[in-house]
Amino acid sequence: MATSARRRRTGLAAWGFALPFTLLFAVFLLVPVASSLYMAFTDMRGADLRTPWAVNFVGFANFAEALTDPKFQQAAGNTLYFVGVAMPLTLALALLLAVLLNSGLVWFRSVFRVGFYAPVVTSIVAVAVVWRFLLQPDFGLVNSALGAVGVDGPRWLTDETWAMPALIVMATWRNVGYSMVILLAGLQGIPRDVYEASAIDGAGPVRQFRSVTVPLLRPTILFCAVITGIGYLQFFEEPFVMTQGGPLGATNSVAYEIFNQFGFGHYGLSAAMSYVLFVAIVILSYLQFRLLRTEK
Amino acid sequence: MAPTTAPATAPARPDARRRTPRAILLNVALLLGLAASIGPLVWMVVSSVKPEGEIRQFPPTLLPADPTWSNYTELFAQLSFPRYFLNSVVVALIVTVGSVLFSAMVGYALAKLDFPGRRTLFALVMGTLMVPGMVTFVPLFVLVANLGLVNTYAALVLPFLAAPFGVFLMRQFMLDIPDELLDAARVDGAGEFRTFFRIVLPQAKPALATLGILTFLGSWNNFLWPLVAVQSADRYTLPVALALYSTGQNTVQYGLLVAGATVIVLPILVVFLALQRHIVQGISTTGLK
Repeated sequence: MATSARRRRTGLAAWGFALPFTLLFAVFLLVPVASSLYMAFTDMRGADLRTPWAVNFVGFANFAEALTDPKFQQAAGNTLYFVGVAMPLTLALALLLAVLLNSGLVWFRSVFRVGFYAPVVTSIVAVAVVWRFLLQPDFGLVNSALGAVGVDGPRWLTDETWAMPALIVMATWRNVGYSMVILLAGLQGIPRDVYEASAIDGAGPVRQFRSVTVPLLRPTILFCAVITGIGYLQFFEEPFVMTQGGPLGATNSVAYEIFNQFGFGHYGLSAAMSYVLFVAIVILSYLQFRLLRTEK
Repeated sequence: MAPTTAPATAPARPDARRRTPRAILLNVALLLGLAASIGPLVWMVVSSVKPEGEIRQFPPTLLPADPTWSNYTELFAQLSFPRYFLNSVVVALIVTVGSVLFSAMVGYALAKLDFPGRRTLFALVMGTLMVPGMVTFVPLFVLVANLGLVNTYAALVLPFLAAPFGVFLMRQFMLDIPDELLDAARVDGAGEFRTFFRIVLPQAKPALATLGILTFLGSWNNFLWPLVAVQSADRYTLPVALALYSTGQNTVQYGLLVAGATVIVLPILVVFLALQRHIVQGISTTGLK
């Protein structure tokens, strides 16, 4: 049968294409995903590194330890604070910029677009270092500027109250351009005549924004919210470089705590914590889908 | 696309509309926003050529009074930044070429070829699309340690050669390649591999470019995994070296820090400015798909 021989040949060729990826994917992604679930239920430590199978099953003990640990609770609270403020802030600012850039009143649209997007391509570590310098209390640019208008700026990163807002501002600064660009593309996909029709019906700019732009842009806003939320839930480089989680744990994040427990050799505990984070990511994405999905 | 008929509410002279007081106010506000957006990056570059004494001066000088390369010479002579730079470049290039090629290959197979296991493979790719590195780095470290790869370039490269997002992107793009084109090549006697390299890859250039840029950026800026996988300084990538230097010293030299940050950020910014049209276009389309 010529066709079945041909099919076999195509199948072989297809697996030839798929093989390099599939091998690496299985070894370096599927195995770790599966074994992180295994590790989360064991008492694995750094000393067991070479004998990962010679460990004890401890049931949910790691999860119980994580959830009752005041440090983890604080980190979880900090993470919610960070996501809860930074995500709406980022999206609102991105939407505002996108609408303004799309308004046809702007002089150099592509210059603005590039300028607002530029921070997105930067390394978080590098810009966290730069922001540490900007926020330096005695000679940093931020407090110098505040001083020039008579305000005595706080000692940002070593102040329990101000450290987290500083990280939130920095994260928003770095990420707003990403959502802005995607929202702008979404806005350009809305047909002009929808606006014209609503203008004929007497809708002003604010009414148009609420009744035309936001509903038609919902899927795009949802996409931006999910991507931004997933990124923010894992915030790690910012506290690592800028505050080491301080002062007094005020900027410690779940991701940073996972990394620290790994550093202490508590592999099982660390894996359990990362599962808690993963579940939080899934829940947040689900909630956003519920909130923002298009009613149909 | 130009509209065939002029929209009813569109102004006859857009330039006049852009000079109304409202438009001027809007543009001034946006310019202030732009200053906030690129200001920190400009300040980074400007400060990197100030001597440490001038950096610690209050109030700060806007332009360097006494420009100097000393921060860079110290960075390169004493902190072996050339080595870290080379590590970052080599790792990012290998990861980019390898993962884009593998993604294109498997993306093509998933989109255009029928083979046993195709559905399962695609389901696994989709299922792991959203699994963050934060969840897998501990078991990945255990695995890499047992493979004897800790502190090697292989550890920095191999886990990133299999990129589910890249596969997804390439598959979506390959779906749009017309079957007639592939059939024509096959009728002409071209084998599957020849068809792929001669017909499919050239067709996929825009997607390859977008994915390549995103992959390079991701690898260049990657921090958590190189921090975990590499322990000796000669294998550090730039972000690891800068982060550990910035947190490891008792008295930080801000001049060195901003110069180090500039070394990481400026090459990327230059490339971004050169390719910005493609990058922004690519980002918008990946976001909308």
